[in-house]
Amino acid sequence: MTDNDILVEVRDLKVHFPIKRGVLFDRTIGHVKAVDGVDLRIPRGQTYGLVGESGCGKSTLGRALLQLTPPTGGEVVFDDVELTTLPPARLRAMRRRMQMIFQDPMSSLDPRQNVESILTEGLQTHGIGGNRDERRAIIGEALDKVGLPRWALSRYPHEFSGGQRQRIGIARAVVLGPELIVADEPVSALDVSIQAQVVNLLDELQESLGLTYLVIAHDLAVVRHISDIVGVMYLGALVEEAPSDRLYTEPLHPYTRALMSAVPVPDPDVEDRRERILLAGDLPSPANPPAGCRFHTRCPWAQPTRCADERPVLRDIGGSRVACHWAERIASGELRPRHAGVGVTQASDGAAAPA
Amino acid sequence: MTMTGKKERLDRLAELVNRDDERGVSLWQEAFRRLRRNPAAIIGAVILTVFVLVALVGPFFVPYEPKDTIGIREGVVKSGQGIIPGASVEHWFGYDHQGRDVFSRMIVGARQTLLVGVVATLIGLAVGALIGGVAGAAAGLGGRWGRAVDNALMRVIDMMLALPSLLLAVSIAALLGASLSTVMIAVGMVSVPVFARLLRVSMIAQANSDYVLAATSLGVRKPKIALTHIVPNSLAPVIVQATLTLATAIIEAAALSFLGLGNPDTAQPEWGVMLADAQPYLGIRPALAIFPAVAIIITALGFTLLGEAMREALDPKLRK
Repeated sequence: MTDNDILVEVRDLKVHFPIKRGVLFDRTIGHVKAVDGVDLRIPRGQTYGLVGESGCGKSTLGRALLQLTPPTGGEVVFDDVELTTLPPARLRAMRRRMQMIFQDPMSSLDPRQNVESILTEGLQTHGIGGNRDERRAIIGEALDKVGLPRWALSRYPHEFSGGQRQRIGIARAVVLGPELIVADEPVSALDVSIQAQVVNLLDELQESLGLTYLVIAHDLAVVRHISDIVGVMYLGALVEEAPSDRLYTEPLHPYTRALMSAVPVPDPDVEDRRERILLAGDLPSPANPPAGCRFHTRCPWAQPTRCADERPVLRDIGGSRVACHWAERIASGELRPRHAGVGVTQASDGAAAPA
Repeated sequence: MTMTGKKERLDRLAELVNRDDERGVSLWQEAFRRLRRNPAAIIGAVILTVFVLVALVGPFFVPYEPKDTIGIREGVVKSGQGIIPGASVEHWFGYDHQGRDVFSRMIVGARQTLLVGVVATLIGLAVGALIGGVAGAAAGLGGRWGRAVDNALMRVIDMMLALPSLLLAVSIAALLGASLSTVMIAVGMVSVPVFARLLRVSMIAQANSDYVLAATSLGVRKPKIALTHIVPNSLAPVIVQATLTLATAIIEAAALSFLGLGNPDTAQPEWGVMLADAQPYLGIRPALAIFPAVAIIITALGFTLLGEAMREALDPKLRK
C-alpha cells in the first residue's frame, strides 16, 4: 500500500477539555483528556470501524477529525492537506469533501426546514448548481440514491419515520459529493430491522460513489459487517487496530478480548460453555487517567512490572497493531489471567430458594 | 420488477393518497391546528378580537363625547357633595366625578390602553431580542470572545433585573418626564430583561444541537447558522412571552397612570387613569373603579389564555 492510497491520516491527535471552576473568574483546574494521542490512517475507499465503550472518546475523535471540535494537539492530514492549521475560509471549502452522519436523525435535522431546504443548504454554501432547477436535479439524484421518493422534498422531518429521517441525513451528506463520511453511531438509534437496511444502504453508497467511511459504533456486529479495518479505543487512545476478520477471530489486546467475549453466540450449547471475561470496576475518569497502561487497573493479565508505569505504544504484531507490553505472551497462553471473574461460566438451572 | 419501476409506482400511489395534502405541514401550521382545538385559545382569541374591535371602531360609535362634562353642565353631578348618579337608560355606566359619560370613556379608553400595551411590548421585544440574540449567538458560537461579549451584556441585564419593575418604570418615567411615550418606553424597558434572558438561553440550547453541528459540517458560516437555524428555533418561547407580557404591560401602564406618570392630558380616557380618578369616590360610587378594573382583568385574561395555549401548542414535548 502506497501513501497515495491513504485518504486521512491522524497523527498524535489530542482533544482536552478544560474543567473550570470559580465564583467570579474561571480557573482551569484540570483537563478531561477525551482523546489523548491517537494515530490512525484510513485508506481511500475503505471503512474504518471505531469501537469502544461509551465515554472512551470515539465520538470526540470523529468530530476532531472533521475539525468540528478543535483539537488540542496533533495533526489531521486529509488528502495531503493539514486541516488543523487551515484558515477558516479554506477549511469551510474543504468541508464539501468530508461529511458527517449523526446518531439521532431527529435532532440532527432542523425541525423547521423541509427536506428540499435541508438538502439545498450545502449546495448553496458551496455554490454547486447554478439555479433552483439544477439544484433540484442534484437533490433528486441524491434522494434516489438513498431510496426516498421525490414527494419527500416538501415534507418536514417530523413527518418521517426514524429510518427515513436517517436516509435524509445520509442524503444531506452525500449530495455534496464527499470523499470521506464520518458516521457517528449511524444505526444505534434505529430499530433492528431498519438497522440492516441502513447498513446495506451505506454499503451500496460506498460501492457506487467510492466513499471512505469512518464508522463509530459500539455494536460489534455492525462494525464487523461494515468495516475493513477496526480500531478499538479505550480511555482516549487506541489499544488495538487490525483488519476486521483478524480482530474478531484473534483479538490480541486484553481489552479487545474482553469486548469480544461479551458478544453472544447464537448457539445455546456454545453460548453456555464459552469463555467470558468479566472486567472489574468502571472506566477510570479521563480527567485523571491511570499512569502507565490505561487499562492496567482493570486488566486480568496485568503484570507487576511495566504495566503500571510504562505506557505501551502501538506495536506491529503479525498484521495487527497492539498497545500491550505482553501481547505475544498472552496470545501464546504463557501468561494466565488472574481475576476471579474470568473463566468458564456454568449454565445454572436457576435453583430458586423455596419460599 | 425493477427497482425503479417499483419506486415509480410507490410515488404514484403516494401522490394519489396525498392529493389534497401536497405540501408538507410545517411546525407553525401544526401548532396553529392544535391551537384551534384548544378551548382556552378560542376563549382568549374571542376576548382579544372583541377588545381590538372596540379599540379600533368603538370611538366612532360612542353616544357622548368622552371629554364632555355633561353631568356638571346639567347640574346632575355634584361630586363635592357626593352626588354622582349611577347607571341609567341614557348613561349606561353612569357619570364619573366630572360628569362625563363613563360608557363612552370606557370605549374610547380601550384604544389608548391597547396602544400602550402593544407598543410597550414591541419595544421590550425588540430591545430584549436584540440584546438576547447577540448574547446568545456570541455565547453559542463565538468561542472565548463570544463568551466575554455575552458576559458583559448579561451583567447589564442582571442590573435591570435587580431593580423592582415598578421602581424601574417610575425611574425611567421620572427621567423622561410624564408623557404617553414615556409610559410605553418605561413599561417596555421593564420587560427587556425577560425577553433577553429567554432568547439567550433558548439560543444557547439550540446552538448545542446536532443540526447546528450538521450545518457547521456542511460549511455554513456561523452568522448564517445563527440567523437561519438558531434564531427561528428559539423564537417560540419569546413569542409566547410576548402575549403574556401584553397582559402585564397593560396593568403596569395602568399603574404608572395611577401614579400620575402617564399621559399629561388627563382628560383623555385610559383605563388606568380612570381607575386612578375613581379612587377618592370609592365610598360613594365603587362602580367607577369596578368598570375599568374588570375591563383590564378581562383583557389581561384574554392575552394570558391565548399565550398559555400557544405555549402548549408550540411545546415539542406535547407533540404526538
